[in-house]
Amino acid sequence: MIDLQGYGPRLLEGALVTLEVAVLSLLLALTLGLLTASAKLSRHWLFHRIATLYTTLIRGVPDLVLMMLLFFGGQIGVNMITDWLYYEFDVDIFININEFIAGVVTIGFIFGAYMGETFRGAFLAVDSGQLEAGRAYGMSNRLIFRRIQFPQMMRHALPGLGNNWMVLLKTTALVSVIGLSDMVRIAAEATKATHEPFLFMIPVAVVYLLIASVSEWIVARLQKHYNVGFGEADEWNN
Amino acid sequence: MEQLNAWFTELLSDNAIFTANTLGYYLDGLGSTVRLVFLSLVIGLVLAVPLAIARGSRRKWIKWPIFFYTYVFRGTPLLIQLYLIYYGVVFIEGIQDTFLWAILKDAFYPALIAFTLNTAAYTTEIFHGAIKATPRGEIEAARAYGMSRALMMRRIIMPSAFRRALPAYGNEVIFMLHASAIASVVTIMDLTGAARFVYARFYAPFDAFLFVAAIYLCLTFAILYLFRYLEKKLLAHLKPLNG
Repeated sequence: MIDLQGYGPRLLEGALVTLEVAVLSLLLALTLGLLTASAKLSRHWLFHRIATLYTTLIRGVPDLVLMMLLFFGGQIGVNMITDWLYYEFDVDIFININEFIAGVVTIGFIFGAYMGETFRGAFLAVDSGQLEAGRAYGMSNRLIFRRIQFPQMMRHALPGLGNNWMVLLKTTALVSVIGLSDMVRIAAEATKATHEPFLFMIPVAVVYLLIASVSEWIVARLQKHYNVGFGEADEWNN
Repeated sequence: MEQLNAWFTELLSDNAIFTANTLGYYLDGLGSTVRLVFLSLVIGLVLAVPLAIARGSRRKWIKWPIFFYTYVFRGTPLLIQLYLIYYGVVFIEGIQDTFLWAILKDAFYPALIAFTLNTAAYTTEIFHGAIKATPRGEIEAARAYGMSRALMMRRIIMPSAFRRALPAYGNEVIFMLHASAIASVVTIMDLTGAARFVYARFYAPFDAFLFVAAIYLCLTFAILYLFRYLEKKLLAHLKPLNG
């Protein structure tokens, strides 16, 4: 067994932090993605404009720059708002922007833009006759979404969502730069202390590969679930 | 020109942060970023083409090592690859006595190596996919003409594969530009490094980072339009007639 020179438990904690950041920002990204997609598909021009501006701006700027902007600037911005609330309305609140929040919010916002594009394409791929059929059955809009639109949309969205998740997972490594103790940061600290880069970096890389492989398997399972009724035809496209 | 200069000086005169001095940092940073991204993309492309062809080989001992390489480099964060190479080169036995050390002790070259290996892995997979998507009829036609494998590769498969790969490769170029921001982590003064420096000096996060974000945005759009133009030129035959 490899000797991690006492850094083993801390690396494990770091791996948990990585997973937490990844899963929480995935949830935020999925929510924002659905919102963006529906805003882009809505007939109201204002929603459309806002969503387009959001996806264009976010996808044009490096994730690290956005993360630093939020981490270093976020506290000042939040303080300005809470100060204003205090002077105007005498409401005394304090919001602390720490590395964890800054990381999750930034990654969630960035991938919300990518997810939005994926969802938009997938919604467009659902045959409109299906929705009309639902309406003809007297289903409410919400029921149509839940029973017809969403399950069929997921079939088209899953490959894209899976890809986005893989990229998101790797992007979580950036939170180490703003000071969150994920496994990359702990490995970097251990490297600087012991001068053994390979000993710490390679296990971390292996953990990333492991998470990626497990998620690949999960995505494949989900794909099977949402592909029910479409046979093997779709596998030719992958 | 005189007028422009005067106008520029006046514009900057009552701005504490964006003085000619700090703008110089950003300019140097722009130079570093462009150099780093451009060099790694060019070298990565040169590496990726033969790798992509070999990746489609029927021989397992050729195919599997390349697959392993692309799998590892695409499956792990670029930051880890950068750390491994940046901290790792020092520990190669006896490297500090060779001429290589003069090159490698500068952070620029380890970063260049990491970025090159990373983009080569992604580009290999992009080209491999494009080669695999060659219509079977084209290959059969080439064979019917009695072309050798090399000639078929050169005249039939590669030209059309390059075109098919173009949109995905454009994305990879933009991805590389954005990924290059992490070069600032290993002390390189690239665009992000300049922004971090200006932030630390003036404690002005919004000015420092929004300005650099705007520069990146301009670069991204420039790349986007370049590739759109290339696609329009090279993929004209794929456009629908009344498009």
